[in-house]
Amino acid sequence: MSHSITLTVNGASREIALDDPRVTLLDLLRERLEMPGTKKGCDRGQCGACTVLLDGRRVNSCLKLAITLDGSSVTTIEGLAEGEVLHPVQAAFIDHDGFQCGYCTPGQIMSAVGLIAEGQAGDDPERIREGMSGNLCRCAAYHGITEAVLDATRRMAPATETAQERKSA
Amino acid sequence: MNRFDYARPASVAEAVAAWEPGAAYLGGGTNLVDLMKVGVLQPARLIDVNRLPDLDAIELTADGGARIGALVRNADLAHDPAFAAAFPMVAEALLAGASGQLRNAATVAGNLMQHTRCPYFQDAHSACNRRQAGAGCAAREGDNQSLAVLGWSDACIATNPSDLAVPLASLDAVVEVEGRNGAREIPFGEFLRLPGETPGKETALEPGELILAVRLPAGAAAFRGNARYLKLRERTSFAFALVSAAAALRMEDGRIAEARLALGSVAARPWRVPEAEALMVGQPPSAELFAQVAAAAMADARPSGDNAHKIELARRTAARALSLAAAGTPARMPALPASPFGEPAHA
Ligand SMILES: Cc1cc2nc3c(=O)[nH]c(=O)nc-3n(C[C@H](O)[C@H](O)[C@H](O)COP(=O)(O)OP(=O)(O)OC[C@H]3O[C@@H](n4cnc5c(N)ncnc54)[C@H](O)[C@@H]3O)c2cc1C
Ligand code: SF4
Ligand code: FES
Ligand code: FES
Repeated sequence: MSHSITLTVNGASREIALDDPRVTLLDLLRERLEMPGTKKGCDRGQCGACTVLLDGRRVNSCLKLAITLDGSSVTTIEGLAEGEVLHPVQAAFIDHDGFQCGYCTPGQIMSAVGLIAEGQAGDDPERIREGMSGNLCRCAAYHGITEAVLDATRRMAPATETAQERKSA
Repeated sequence: MNRFDYARPASVAEAVAAWEPGAAYLGGGTNLVDLMKVGVLQPARLIDVNRLPDLDAIELTADGGARIGALVRNADLAHDPAFAAAFPMVAEALLAGASGQLRNAATVAGNLMQHTRCPYFQDAHSACNRRQAGAGCAAREGDNQSLAVLGWSDACIATNPSDLAVPLASLDAVVEVEGRNGAREIPFGEFLRLPGETPGKETALEPGELILAVRLPAGAAAFRGNARYLKLRERTSFAFALVSAAAALRMEDGRIAEARLALGSVAARPWRVPEAEALMVGQPPSAELFAQVAAAAMADARPSGDNAHKIELARRTAARALSLAAAGTPARMPALPASPFGEPAHA
């Protein structure tokens, strides 16, 4: 039985014929749409390497069956930069050494973009660490990752009050 | 993963009609797809309930109760300001579970239906009575350090892993379901089953019944000022509970007017002991009282293997959770929800 879905990937609408209902969003991206930026670590929801935004929310793409996503919109690491201009979270990861080998990094960055959009962590490092706990890093670049997310949060929210400003107010 | 056919019904009636033996409802997929990947679950048909209408609302009722649609995502429930203010320990338990990504996908119904994390249940090659009646229980002679100390049987010593289930049990939630034979309501105390001789029957759902909503009864919000969830884990975040406790007190003039205590990860369902709760009524909160209550709550505990340590751990967790509740619900969700570390742990 073949199913066809419409999926918007990084802004472009695509018709995708699925010959097999078992294909996960992760495998669809990597193996069929030739977008290997999203990484496979555990394939079981335990590491966060496969994080993408699905209709604007961060999820583990390894646990989403593609067939369920007809009409949805997906943003992957390939869709963050605008041309040569990096997304603020990408830039912050470079500035703060938020990685070593880089394998977990696409997932970390997508998770950070999702976390910042959720707006629950603000600029509290403890809340950022807690909010990023679904992304493991075998190189243990956690310090740089937290600094990067903190910095990106500030860069992306010039209008909102930060704890720093509250203190000095 | 086995092949399956895929159905996406447009209504509850269609979903229930699409069910046949071997079929499974698909929510966020974070447990079902995971277990399908390792061959532990092999449904012949997936019935995708994600697009069913009207199952994603959170309604607070004027009588201090609530109705939570089956498809409400764990993250959305935890971050709903009105819900979190009325039922803070439910929000805290949700935020102590899994990860940000998983909570965005996981549904309330799927969370309550999630399967045990017993390592032998998760391994399709091990003997497991819960997966296959009569196969035996590999955990009895195996890695059973984190398994049950209450309510277990010779057939199965697994625990229920849901954090959400623990405060829901303490608040006397009700599960609304619909099946071929119509709609009915299941009190939470009967919803998750102890293993007995039939560990494979994990819940009170009849085959094909679909969860539509979870209700918190009138008055459940009366505990809002003194309600905490405490969860001990092998690491600070993104880990299942070793043991956990939901504690809620209704205070009147410095005394406890009503008290609830449910323990998580000690049995195949959240553990409540009404006699232990009753010890608190009319008393002022104190460490001695809470130690006595914790001992009463764990009175029937006995190790099912190499896990006697969980009994003392659960007692201390219960007593600490009650002390935290007595100190008052924090004005803001702690940075590390339900954690014994970080503020305001030493209230
Ligand atoms: C790495 C990892 C860590 C985790 N950590 C925690 C944790 O710390 N604490 C915790 O509580 N949980 C944890 N979880 C479990 C997670 O919370 C559950 O997987 C999730 O809540 C399941 O919800 P879902 O909607 O994805 O369910 P699904 O995977 O879609 O379904 C789960 C089960 O529920 C059934 N079902 C779904 N919807 C309905 C319905 N409406 N009516 C009847 N049956 C239905 C399905 O058939 C299936 O059997 C973790 C999971 C992972 C992968
Ligand atoms: S404890 Fe229960 S779930 Fe675990 S192997 Fe034994 S029967 Fe299976
Ligand atoms: S690959 Fe998806 S969480 Fe590890
Ligand atoms: S940078 Fe190597 S795994 Fe994170």
